[in-house]
Amino acid sequence: MPRTAVATDAAGLGRARAGGFVAPALVLVGLFLVFPALWTIYLGLTDYRLTGLAAAAPKMVGLQNFRDALADRFFLNSLWLTLIYVAGSAIIGQTVLGFALAWMMQKVRPSVRGVVETVVLLAWLLPGSVVSFLWWAMLNRRDGTLNALLDTPGYNWLIQHPMLSIIVFNTWRGTAFSMMLFSAALQAVPPSQLESARMAGANGAQQFRDVVFPHIRGHVLTNTLLISLWTFNDFSPYLLTAGGPNHKSEILPAFIYNRAIGTGELGYGAAISLIMLVINLIIALLYLTLLRTRKVKT
Amino acid sequence: MRRYARSTAILAAGTALALTLAGCGSDSGSGGGTSAGADTSAAAATSHTAAADGTTSSGDTSEAAPGTSTAGGSESSAGTSAPSGGTVTLTISTNGISGGKNAQEADWITNWVIPEFTKAEAAKGVTVQVSYQSSGVDDEKYKAKLALDLKAGSGPDVFSIDGIWVGEFAQAGYIKPLEDVVGADYQSWDGLKQINEAVQGNATFDGKLYGLPTGTDGRVLYYNKKLFQQAGLPADWHPASWDDIFAAADKLKSIDGVTPLQMNAGTAMGEATTMQGILPLLAGTGAQIYTDGKWLGNTQQLRDVLSFYDKAYNTDQVGDPDLQLDAKGRDESFAEFAAGKIGILAESDYFWRSVVNPKDGVAPMKDRNDTVGYTLIPAQKAGAGIRGQDFVSMSGGAVYTLNPNSKNAKASWDLMTFMLSPEAIEARLGDQAQITSRDDVNKTVLANDPMLTFVATKVLPLTAYRPGLAEYPEVSMLLQQATADVVSGTSVDDAAASYQEALEKLVGADKVTSG
Repeated sequence: MPRTAVATDAAGLGRARAGGFVAPALVLVGLFLVFPALWTIYLGLTDYRLTGLAAAAPKMVGLQNFRDALADRFFLNSLWLTLIYVAGSAIIGQTVLGFALAWMMQKVRPSVRGVVETVVLLAWLLPGSVVSFLWWAMLNRRDGTLNALLDTPGYNWLIQHPMLSIIVFNTWRGTAFSMMLFSAALQAVPPSQLESARMAGANGAQQFRDVVFPHIRGHVLTNTLLISLWTFNDFSPYLLTAGGPNHKSEILPAFIYNRAIGTGELGYGAAISLIMLVINLIIALLYLTLLRTRKVKT
Repeated sequence: MRRYARSTAILAAGTALALTLAGCGSDSGSGGGTSAGADTSAAAATSHTAAADGTTSSGDTSEAAPGTSTAGGSESSAGTSAPSGGTVTLTISTNGISGGKNAQEADWITNWVIPEFTKAEAAKGVTVQVSYQSSGVDDEKYKAKLALDLKAGSGPDVFSIDGIWVGEFAQAGYIKPLEDVVGADYQSWDGLKQINEAVQGNATFDGKLYGLPTGTDGRVLYYNKKLFQQAGLPADWHPASWDDIFAAADKLKSIDGVTPLQMNAGTAMGEATTMQGILPLLAGTGAQIYTDGKWLGNTQQLRDVLSFYDKAYNTDQVGDPDLQLDAKGRDESFAEFAAGKIGILAESDYFWRSVVNPKDGVAPMKDRNDTVGYTLIPAQKAGAGIRGQDFVSMSGGAVYTLNPNSKNAKASWDLMTFMLSPEAIEARLGDQAQITSRDDVNKTVLANDPMLTFVATKVLPLTAYRPGLAEYPEVSMLLQQATADVVSGTSVDDAAASYQEALEKLVGADKVTSG
């Protein structure tokens, strides 16, 4: 009976065998992605807690957690901060800086390029706990490196500018990805086209707009999607500020952690997680739509 | 046909692999697998986050050593360890680590309790193997880790918790009354008679004893005598009202580079804000956080307490607001006091024993005995405190308790009582003093230290305890938030109103006082 199925696909596997090959992946996806997501939905509908009576016997509370969230000044604050964080550190910071680095590295000697790329990559490769400690040491108000450099002893960067601190931190940390993606993309721009543009008298900005950008537009989109998604879910600022001072840098992942584990409100934390999941899906859908319209055009 | 069989085998192997992985996953105790759950280990394993940690009496605070805690129970084992070949395996867990937080207790467990207990059991013909899970993190993180472990049915056999967590842990079923875990036998332990009722209250919930308290503490105002002299204040200082505190603080302000007053505020310090700041102040207005079945809401007393903070951090500017908001603010305040940069600081005797202790404190002061003064916390004005007192304080304490899932309940009980035997406590203290839970031990050890004698004789008679209710920790967080709001510039009325609103949502409007 497998024989009849063989003809339907190029690899000659047949439905059953092909199914066998993807089954492990599907099982993993189901167990670690779909099930937790469904479980989060369920938890979000309960008053489940880490300790106390509701830990032993959680009750269904319907949409109460979601109604609470919309009226919760700390949640709305957190949502707003997350938007600033994504816009500031991912969309503006990493994309612009990453592109600028990639653009400049095209024209330098390979040795310089190697050194710069290694340094930038290192920021990306080091574990989050390590880099956040380094940054904490740098921004520390007592004996902090930055205060020593700027001669501003006692200035508390993490208290005075918590959002700016974590935005700069994440830009520094994540630029490597954009840089690599853009340098690969820039190499794909045919030199002949740039040459012709130059012959036709196009200046730098014009070359960029009319020759380079059309080639890398897809990469810009992919890059923006990926980094905004993972910046949106990024927990490492917690290691720097713990969401403080007084919730001023409490982006959503930190907010969920503080509420679910800190205060023990697991049900409420799950509800917020679900809201995050939905926002993630919206970002992804938006991107896919953009990508499709682009493909249709070309 | 053979090809078909091969693909079936692959499928089977893949499924087996997936199931194995899933098995590991569900073991780890990080439950629902939400994004928050997945982040737990990362967060708990780091140290330089919130510097809070309050009152797990035997000591707390300090540099939490990095990477010492594992969340989600990946390391816990004891609950599931079966006796093999007659060996009984036990695990102890406290929030302490050698060279860091609560180092004394951690070293004592490793170097004294484990070898001595092993020896004592061997003499009885029982082979035991005891291991120690150390942590050196904020109390709130330690609590979350324990709760997750116990929820997953694992966790250490004998562990230390703050007395104030007993209620919520009991309600969740994470700990059970001693009579259920050990059996009625527990009452025959001779140490029980030495622990007086007020102290037993720390480990009691709904009239049942859930563990054994290890000691208690009391809160006072510490001050730097040298700074006081410099500012023209008496070295023997006895403030009788809040105004007296502010008057002294105003004088201290004249010394350059000195923060006159450190009264813990904000959420980053966690329970330390409530225990060292809000509750003693509240007691000084004659109010307690929970009376006659109702929680204190937006009342005159609460607004008076918040006004104290407003005056200290905004109007008079005698405190440093940054310290209250900083993730490591409490540790920094200790360091600043030790460096002679803070004039007055409210803390428990823990500060004397484990922070500025010249020998092994986290912020040692060589001249502690000459420089650091201590005095009772005054009520708002004379006679305005609870029970009409002129002076007030707050007390708490840690509790050793047992894991109801332990395979070796009896051996765990033996270990726990061994840890609270007079010899064990004396070994723990060495030449140091601490108010232990045992009256017989206190008689001998307290004489070693005038400060601890002061706490035992002058502070404990007028102290108050927190309500042993499951809601308390959350109410405490709302209070911390209210002080954080005031310190960052919100008006007292607005902060009190937000507190009232959140409190009503938490416990129900009918259980909140106001006016």
